[in-house]
Amino acid sequence: MAIFVDKNTRVIVQGITGRDGSFHTQQMLNYGTKVVGGVTPGKGGTDIFGVPIYDTMEEAVKATKANTAMILVPPPFAVDAIYEAAESGVSLIICITEGVPAGDMVGVYNYLKMKGIRLIGPNCPGIISPGLSKVGILPAHIFKKGPIGVVSRSGTLTYEVVYNLSNKGLGQSTTIGIGGDPIIGTNFIDCLEAFEKDPATEGIVLIGEIGGSDEEDAAKFIKQNVTKPVVGFIAGQTAPPGKRMGHAGAIISGSSGLAADKIKALNAIGIPVAEIPSQIADLMATKLAEYQKKKAKKKITKKPVAKKIARKKTVKKTAPKKAAPKAIKKAASPKKVVKKTAKKKAGKKR
Amino acid sequence: MKIHEYQAKEIFGKFGLPIPKGEVVTSPEEARNLAVRYEKPVMVKAQVHVGGRGKAGGIKYCKDPDDAFFAAQEVLGMDIKGLIVKKILVTEAIDIKHEAYVGIILDRASKKNVFMVSPAGGIDIEQVAAETPEKIMKFAVDPLLGLHQFEALKLARFVYPDIKIARKAASILKKLYNAFIHSDASLAEINPLILDGENNLIALDAKINLDDNGLFKHPDLENYRDLDAEDPAEMEAKRNDLSFVKLDGNIGCCVNGAGLAMATMDLVKYFGGRPANFLDIGGSSSPEKVIAALRIILDDPNVGVILFNIFGGITRCDDVANGIVAAVEKLKPRVPIVVRLTGTNEEKGKEILQSLDFPATNSMDEVVKMAIKEVSPVA
Repeated sequence: MAIFVDKNTRVIVQGITGRDGSFHTQQMLNYGTKVVGGVTPGKGGTDIFGVPIYDTMEEAVKATKANTAMILVPPPFAVDAIYEAAESGVSLIICITEGVPAGDMVGVYNYLKMKGIRLIGPNCPGIISPGLSKVGILPAHIFKKGPIGVVSRSGTLTYEVVYNLSNKGLGQSTTIGIGGDPIIGTNFIDCLEAFEKDPATEGIVLIGEIGGSDEEDAAKFIKQNVTKPVVGFIAGQTAPPGKRMGHAGAIISGSSGLAADKIKALNAIGIPVAEIPSQIADLMATKLAEYQKKKAKKKITKKPVAKKIARKKTVKKTAPKKAAPKAIKKAASPKKVVKKTAKKKAGKKR
Repeated sequence: MKIHEYQAKEIFGKFGLPIPKGEVVTSPEEARNLAVRYEKPVMVKAQVHVGGRGKAGGIKYCKDPDDAFFAAQEVLGMDIKGLIVKKILVTEAIDIKHEAYVGIILDRASKKNVFMVSPAGGIDIEQVAAETPEKIMKFAVDPLLGLHQFEALKLARFVYPDIKIARKAASILKKLYNAFIHSDASLAEINPLILDGENNLIALDAKINLDDNGLFKHPDLENYRDLDAEDPAEMEAKRNDLSFVKLDGNIGCCVNGAGLAMATMDLVKYFGGRPANFLDIGGSSSPEKVIAALRIILDDPNVGVILFNIFGGITRCDDVANGIVAAVEKLKPRVPIVVRLTGTNEEKGKEILQSLDFPATNSMDEVVKMAIKEVSPVA
């Protein structure tokens, strides 16, 4: 399992014949993503890398039964491309394009919400569920299959973090770049909710940055709804106020959007926030080991409760005590190595 | 993009909002001539991209043309929060019976355009929000439906209990909404919206912030960019499709990707150094871009070392390495360069760089420490 994209994802690339569109189509095909069609008005009837091209999304979806659209068209055409995708019947739209006007996104966001269609982005690197599907421009070779869900407002910083996670043996269930714009279709909360429900995800890395208050909102959501361990990182602690730091959404305006406030909000609910990117993997390894230990314990203690006899006090007390230690050992043993090395390294840094 | 009051008023005028008669000038003589022509007292207002102009002495009431001359002389060249006044707006002075605040912002949290109105105008709305929040009414417009008349009237009546005035104000709110939407603004506000002696509503001040991403739709608004108010290095970067922000440190940073670029600055600070800039060279890093980036960084005399932090994803390390080699040949940098290359075609990239004999690493932590060492005084 994974979130949002998996083996059943069938993709149409809007702007498939463009420089970026064709390059990334090839990359996705190499990864095994089911790219079933492309759209470039005027080039319908031809094909590229064996992928059929259509003039419109409507034709493309009808012919291919695609359920996902990926948009790689220039900014002046992106908004129209999103609406066209929405009307074509796909349930997921991933907009990579950077430079989409925020005012238009206000309309797009509210329209898609009404229609129940998920949009990821714009201005995002896309999404990958390692071993299942990649829809986006992320460099596939750094990802490994595993239990960590990664959600981020950035692109290359995400790669940096994933690279560290993979090197430490922490593979990913899904990595999703939600985008660096002020108005984006899918936010932290949507991803946290999906990761919490996803059985393949056991830990979550949240990478935020200055601007807006999505990280603060995420902290509130985690407190009430997320039981899996979360580790955070916030970029832009040294960013000056009032300056747009590359991403349209990465700007401190007045006293809002500060990195310090976001870190505070996450720390306040017990989420460790790495000071530097290279600490993230170690923090996650520690948290994950704790979580897996707890989970194993719970599984065991639940058993006698499920039996109706467990109502009697004596049974309740003695049964789990006997059973628990063995089971914990079993469950925790495969992760022991990870935990040990993580602790060692953390110790070194101190 | 920030624009000046007089430019915002031009936009307001196009959308039928009532604005006082006025013109922008650059000399005291012109200010005097305007006052003569208007045949009434005028206001002289500094045009700089910063709030609190009044408190700083940048806005003056002038009872006659001579007064306007001297006020203009005083305000032109004035330093307001680090910005030098080069233009002034001269407008007719108007009797003020009441001052209100009306504004609309693109709200990230609700993902809607949100109106804010208050009968307490003329002062900073954030102050009103903090001290007397009950004096503010907010309303999020449904973007799919737009602003209905009855909604505009409800907002207007909160400010003006008198229905006659409220109806005029509702019309102003609708026009403000149109101006906001059709300029792709992220903020449009009138503070104060005033009621004069004859119960006319007039936008005495005007503020509009434009979304840079929306400017491709409005080539006319792109002309509003005040090149004097922009940092020349930042403009040069923009021309080369780079994202650059100047800081006050000595470690020049050249990174691919905005998030990683921010994290690199943070890491420099974390290990005890001072970043000289934020610079994102973007995804496809052609040699030309690397050359432009290096030139912009080297233009800063404070820079004592240049740090490259490249995570090759879609960007290929060998492309960047070729760019670095070309840039070094062309610019002959006066400072050392340290490089971190990781990811796609990392080995090829390192091979290319070997000819230059730069210290290179594949760890972000390491490269930052190396850069700091280069600018630290030798013990």
